[in-house]
Amino acid sequence: MTGSILFEAIVFLLGAIICVSIAKRLGLSSVLGYLLAGVLIGPYVLGFIGNEGDDILHFAEFGVVMMLFLIGLEIEPKNFWKMRKTIVGMGGLQVAATMLLSYFLFILFGFDKTVALTLAMATALSSTAIALQTIKEKGLLNTNFGQSSFSILLFQDIIVIFMLGALPLLANTDEPAIEHGNEHANLLQNLPLGLQTLAILVSVVVIVVAGKYLIVPMLRKVAKTGVRELLIAAALLIVFGISFLMELVGLSPALGAFLGGVVLSNSEFKHELESTLEPFKNLLLGLFFMAVGASINFIVIANSPLTVGGILLAVIVLKALVLFITGSVFKLKLNQKLLLTFGLAQIGEFAFVLLSFAFQLNILEQDQMDMMLVVTALTMTFTPIIGMVNERLLLPRLGTKESIKRPMDHIAKSQKVILVGFGHFGSTVGRFLRTHGVEATILDHDSNRVDFLRKMGFEVYYGDATRTDLLESAGIAEANILICAMDNPDVIKQLAKTVKDKYPQVKIMVRAKNRYVAYEFLNMEIDHIYRESLETSLKLASEVLSQMGFRKYTLQRQAQNFIKYDEDSLRRLAKEGQIGDDNYIFKARKELEQQEKLLEQDFKRGIVEFDSHWDSEQIRVALENPDT
Amino acid sequence: MKNILVLFSHPKFEKSRANAILVDKIKDKEGVTFHDLYERYPDFNIDVEAEKALMSAHDIIIFHHPFYWYSCPPLMKQWIDVVLEFGWAYGPNGTALQSKKCLNVITTGGSRELYCSQGSNSYSVTEFLRPFEQTANLCGMQYLPPFAVMGTHKIEIEELHTYAEQYDSLLDVLQQNLKRTDVRGFSFINDIPQLQTTDKI
Repeated sequence: MTGSILFEAIVFLLGAIICVSIAKRLGLSSVLGYLLAGVLIGPYVLGFIGNEGDDILHFAEFGVVMMLFLIGLEIEPKNFWKMRKTIVGMGGLQVAATMLLSYFLFILFGFDKTVALTLAMATALSSTAIALQTIKEKGLLNTNFGQSSFSILLFQDIIVIFMLGALPLLANTDEPAIEHGNEHANLLQNLPLGLQTLAILVSVVVIVVAGKYLIVPMLRKVAKTGVRELLIAAALLIVFGISFLMELVGLSPALGAFLGGVVLSNSEFKHELESTLEPFKNLLLGLFFMAVGASINFIVIANSPLTVGGILLAVIVLKALVLFITGSVFKLKLNQKLLLTFGLAQIGEFAFVLLSFAFQLNILEQDQMDMMLVVTALTMTFTPIIGMVNERLLLPRLGTKESIKRPMDHIAKSQKVILVGFGHFGSTVGRFLRTHGVEATILDHDSNRVDFLRKMGFEVYYGDATRTDLLESAGIAEANILICAMDNPDVIKQLAKTVKDKYPQVKIMVRAKNRYVAYEFLNMEIDHIYRESLETSLKLASEVLSQMGFRKYTLQRQAQNFIKYDEDSLRRLAKEGQIGDDNYIFKARKELEQQEKLLEQDFKRGIVEFDSHWDSEQIRVALENPDT
Repeated sequence: MKNILVLFSHPKFEKSRANAILVDKIKDKEGVTFHDLYERYPDFNIDVEAEKALMSAHDIIIFHHPFYWYSCPPLMKQWIDVVLEFGWAYGPNGTALQSKKCLNVITTGGSRELYCSQGSNSYSVTEFLRPFEQTANLCGMQYLPPFAVMGTHKIEIEELHTYAEQYDSLLDVLQQNLKRTDVRGFSFINDIPQLQTTDKI
């Protein structure tokens, strides 16, 4: 039934859509949904996907690469540097302890020393894809647990390079090592170790330098063309390019992508890259999880259910134990420790690479590899389930929930403001906010301006704010206030509508070019409307009247009064005053009618006498006619 | 229970120490409407009708403000100018405020001793507050002696908290209908027996 690419695509997509939406409805993580979809469409249940699952797995690993790139984007270099101790400390402890314990475990299961060591290496690695996807889905990346998990996973990404390097040393030298074909050949394999290390360092430097002096200028050029798909192409090019370079020198592409992300995290394209790559990443990761599910070999399980079950249980318990101890050593709180313990207690996707490489080197036999692959896939499947048990049954009993503390004494930091449009209007808004220490997240679609403003030290991002995904990466979900200061009222309308529908908690404050735009906003039930011409024109008019001899303070009071009166009439006329999108002549005529109505109203109102308490006329009149 | 309206005016409230503590104590009290004038009318454009409605809905009016140059901050004076309208608060048919009670709650930098003929301020607080007293009289309101927190330049935080407690008790007493005879002979309402606890300020 297989064969056609279209058919396979349909199977995968349908599987994903059905299983993930069921999983989500049941309140489970999407990872579990994907994995189950994979099992379902795999060779042992419905049989839609045969053995090509492995190839798909390799292809889909690219999702992991993209994920690390995106995570890199969120970590600024200086923060990364701060994490170095946690990465080496926690990661080192976890990998060393897990390897040691699982080595003895596998000896206990009757494997010989070399095999046990290889399997121990595989066991030490956790699944970046599953763990981080789950963490991000729950929005926990910035918690202690999230940071710890991330540190450990990153360390594993680094250490796996050395593991792959060490495997050939374990190989039985009597047999030719390349019997199964070596797909991990890279440029540097035959170089001495010192040169290899040098090449690795050079490639890291290349990424850092290229990020600053090649990629960012390229993105600026691309942005200037205004063709959106070019930016998508550029984003993909960056990730592919880095991965290629990394594979060339034998480094993990994921690690390289992460570095690339960190380098670009300071650039104005951060949000744009995030929102562009996010859908690709999600789909590829989904595909990856499905491929893992499809690769579970149920025949192996059926043949030796006890061994598989035994190893599976032992591995999870052992990994969990080490993680719990690691968490204790680094003084995590109990609930954070438990999340870490159950979050990373699986064998990860690197095990697939490591095991098949060991198989090529004749370290492992076919049945040993199959067994271990099954265990790996099963641990990955069980993690989301265990995590759910932890969250639903264990954590509620143990109580403490990490509350994110906000410095409430500092007004400027307590509220998140997003300012869209940094032209003449928006820039004044932004400048005044900034003088009060309020750093709004600024979005603007003019890349020249973005570039210039960044030089001036503003935090400005480039992008089309009407796109929900960009807004999301700018943090609209946590924002308190959205300021729409763009020039084009239609764009503001579109943005305001999107945000009003999807994020009703955000207070929307809009710039209104004129009265008619204000009517439309009012009818959209947006209350905070700022007409750009109202106060300025009254100021001018007051100035004129003052030159003609009116007293300035009286004019000031009259202008205040006039604003109040005009706002009232604006709200009153909003319904009938709508101009609509009809043709220009009709529109112009309708505007004239409106104008006329206003003037008529003003005329009826005349010069309003108020503030009579400051003159004695009223009292004089009253004294003269005591009867009234 | 009587309704109390606290008309508070302070042009730089965020920097104030004494008033922050006093206001914090009473602003959410039941039966008390705390009305922050500088926050409501930053442009001095007072909504007269709204203010009149607010006055009508309360039995006791408190002018709470720092004592700047022996008087209130300018917005409060503006408020008095525009809200206490002829024909409403005073003059023919100006009976809207009849028999309401009113008083000043003030904070002064100088201590009580400085406000006398021998002190550097030459006159007593009561004398400086005559315009408020007479305004109240003209509007038919009963004017009570002021509640004053004095010497704020040197006062300790703990003492300010004691004052805040006392302010709070004062509002309780006012809500229970304080009689005019209860305050007779006192220059400061701080000193009436109802507000004296064992640990005297």
